[in-house]
This record gives sequence, C-alpha cells and structure tokens, in this order.
Amino acid sequence: MEAYLNLFVKSIFIENMIFAYFLGMCSYLAVSKTVKTAVGLGFAVIFVLAITVPINFLLDTYLLRPGALQWLDPSYTEIDLSFLSFIMFIAVIASMVQLVEMIVEKFAPALYGALGIFLPLIAVNCAILGGSLFMQQKDFSGVTESAVYGLGSGVGWLMAILAIAAIREKIIYSNVPAPLRGLGITFIITGLMALGFMSFMGIKL
Amino acid sequence: MADKKATSKKPILFFLNKESEPLLSKKNRALLTDPLDDNNPITVQVLGICSALAITVQLKPALVMSLSVVAVMGASNVIISLLRNLIPNRIRIIVQLVVVASMVILVDQILRAYAYDVSKQLSIFIGLIITNCIVMGRLEAFALGNGVWKSFLDGIGNAAGYGFILIIVAFFRELFGSGKLFGLQIIPESFYEMGYENNGLMLLSPMALITVGIFIWIQRARNRKLIEKN
Repeated sequence: MEAYLNLFVKSIFIENMIFAYFLGMCSYLAVSKTVKTAVGLGFAVIFVLAITVPINFLLDTYLLRPGALQWLDPSYTEIDLSFLSFIMFIAVIASMVQLVEMIVEKFAPALYGALGIFLPLIAVNCAILGGSLFMQQKDFSGVTESAVYGLGSGVGWLMAILAIAAIREKIIYSNVPAPLRGLGITFIITGLMALGFMSFMGIKL
Repeated sequence: MADKKATSKKPILFFLNKESEPLLSKKNRALLTDPLDDNNPITVQVLGICSALAITVQLKPALVMSLSVVAVMGASNVIISLLRNLIPNRIRIIVQLVVVASMVILVDQILRAYAYDVSKQLSIFIGLIITNCIVMGRLEAFALGNGVWKSFLDGIGNAAGYGFILIIVAFFRELFGSGKLFGLQIIPESFYEMGYENNGLMLLSPMALITVGIFIWIQRARNRKLIEKN
C-alpha cells in the first residue's frame, strides 16, 4: 500500500508530466485561457490516462514484450513483437478516447457540450502516449501499479494546467511588453513554475 | 491552338501537378518558406512543443529529431493526401494515426539500426512523434484538402520550421550549458582559467521553456504583425 502511495506522489510531483517532461504541452498552451475549460480537459486527461495505461500494460506483458507470448505455447519464447508497440498503444488510445466520447455523450450531455472538441483531441495529447511509453520503460510489476502511475500522472497534469490557467486569467491585468503577450509570457511563466517544481527532485520516495 | 492541345498531354505522374504548374512556382515556394518565420509551427501555430523542449540539451539529438520529423511529415502528408478522397470523415483520426505510427516505426527501427546511441538518448520522444501535434495538425489542416505535391511541400516546410527552432534552442543550450557544440569543445580552455564557468542552469529543462519564450519575444519584436491582443 505504501509503495502505491509513494508512486502516486512521485508521479504527481517529482515526475510531473508537464514540468519535468513537457508532455501534453500543446493542449496545455491552447486550452489554458480560462480555468473552466482547463479543469474539464484536465479531468478528461486523468480519466483516459487511468484507463489506457493499465490496458497497455496488459498488452505489453501478454503480447508485445520479448517472450511475452510464452503463455500461449512454450515455443513462442523467442518472439519479440516490441516494435509493434507504438501502433498498438496508439490504437488502444484512439479507440478508448472514442469510447469515452460516446459514453460521455450518452450519459452526461452537459459535460460533452462543455468539453466539445477537446475530447477527440486527447487522442493526440502527448501526455497519454507518453504515459504508456514511460510505463513500458519502467517495468512495473502489476496492473495496479501501472493504474496508480496513470492516475498520478493525470492528476499532475490537471494541477499544472489549472495553475497556468489561473495565472493567465490574472495576467491580462498586468502590463506585459507587447511582443511577449500571450504565448511568450506563458512560456516564461511555465519555465519558472518548472524551476519551482525541480525542488521536489530532492525528495526520496 | 492545335499546337497547344498537342503539348498539354497528361503528365506521367498524374498526381504531381494537374494544371502543369511549375514544380516550384511562387505559391509552392511560399508553402516551403512561410513556416520558417511568419507561420512557424512552434512559435506561431503553437504545435509540437512537447518534443521541442525535451530534446534540446544537445545539438546532435535535436538534429536527428528534426530529420526524423521531416521524414515522417513528408511521407505521411503524401500518403494521406493520396488517400484523402477514400477516408470516411468519422474515422479519419484513427486512419491518420495509423499512417503516422507506421512511418514512425520505420524511422525508429532505422535509428536503432544505424544510430543506436542517439536513439537511446531520444528514448520515448521518437515514439512521441506520433502524437506530435505538428504532424496531425498539418494532416488535418492541409493534406486532407490539397494535392500530393503541395502537401509534400507543406509537410517538409513545416517540419523544417520546427527543426529550425529546435536547432537554435539546442545551439544556445549546448554552447552556454556545456561549452560544446556537437560534443566538441568550443569555448577554449583559457576562458575557464580566467574564471568563466559553464551555466549549468541551461542544461535543466526549465531553461528550454525560457529560451523559447525569449526567442518568441525577439521574433515578435521584429515581426510586429504576430503580436497577440492581450
């Protein structure tokens, strides 16, 4: 239990998707103009990450990894399908996003209206594929561990986009040099926030 | 008139240019050069930031990454443009992802075979070309509605604009961060003896963001029409 909690905290703060790896920056910059849409997208990302990382973990363990097909027949030990992992992962992600979209449309039409175009765009959010690829590198021992990692990364992403959206809502009132307005100042603020987040690196979990 | 009809026979590669426009007409050249400045994918269209920041500590991986993106974008733009009338609208995203993913797998395998150390350094970021917003964005915005040759130029142009920023950022980060370029010592020993120090901060990830921010500042100060309203 403690190990899961450690992994959770680690994936939120120390290995924050945005501040440590810059994953999902495109939507982070494009959708952070108001807090409301930022929160909506953040929750959608958490949801999709928490589902796709464990599914891709199972896929990796029982299909793609070198020797993963052993459970079918001992003679398959030699087979290494890991070169297929990009295409398999992205297929799982795209279909899960489509599924989530249909479920949300059916059961929560108000949320569907609010999320609008962002939902399909999650399929091409680097944070989602990045989560699966990091999972593959990290050699997790079980499904729960990978699910905790996915959830934690999502929460970290939500936190980051929430913070920048709140700052951007307020920065309209300050006197930013004209060429730096909009994108430029957002980059610099994110850089400063990332510097702050580096202080978490010293924590050993 | 009869002469004209005789000369305007079908080009051999029918998809190359239907109106027998010169291959590098002014409009086509604009497709190549616009993304370098006025319509730069990173600093103006805000596409493909993720990888641009993470792999710019040194010049070599940045260069390899740019070349990979050029290859992937050129090839996938051509393929999608060829298929553009066959793809049902509802499932186009999945089709695009599959095409891009296959191209990326090719690039990844080639890098692993011929440049293993760089491929290790780029780790997951080669895979992340699949979800690089530039590739998807240009497929959606351009290749789905334009001919093959134009899409090819657009793909190459945008990838070059992306690589341009990548290389500039990597140049400054490697020069000031470790005093080297492509791994070769540039700042002479005598500077260090006089008390010059490498700026370790440049090697940390946040400085990538700040460098790009400053680059945007300079670009927009020179090119006033890019300034945002608030």
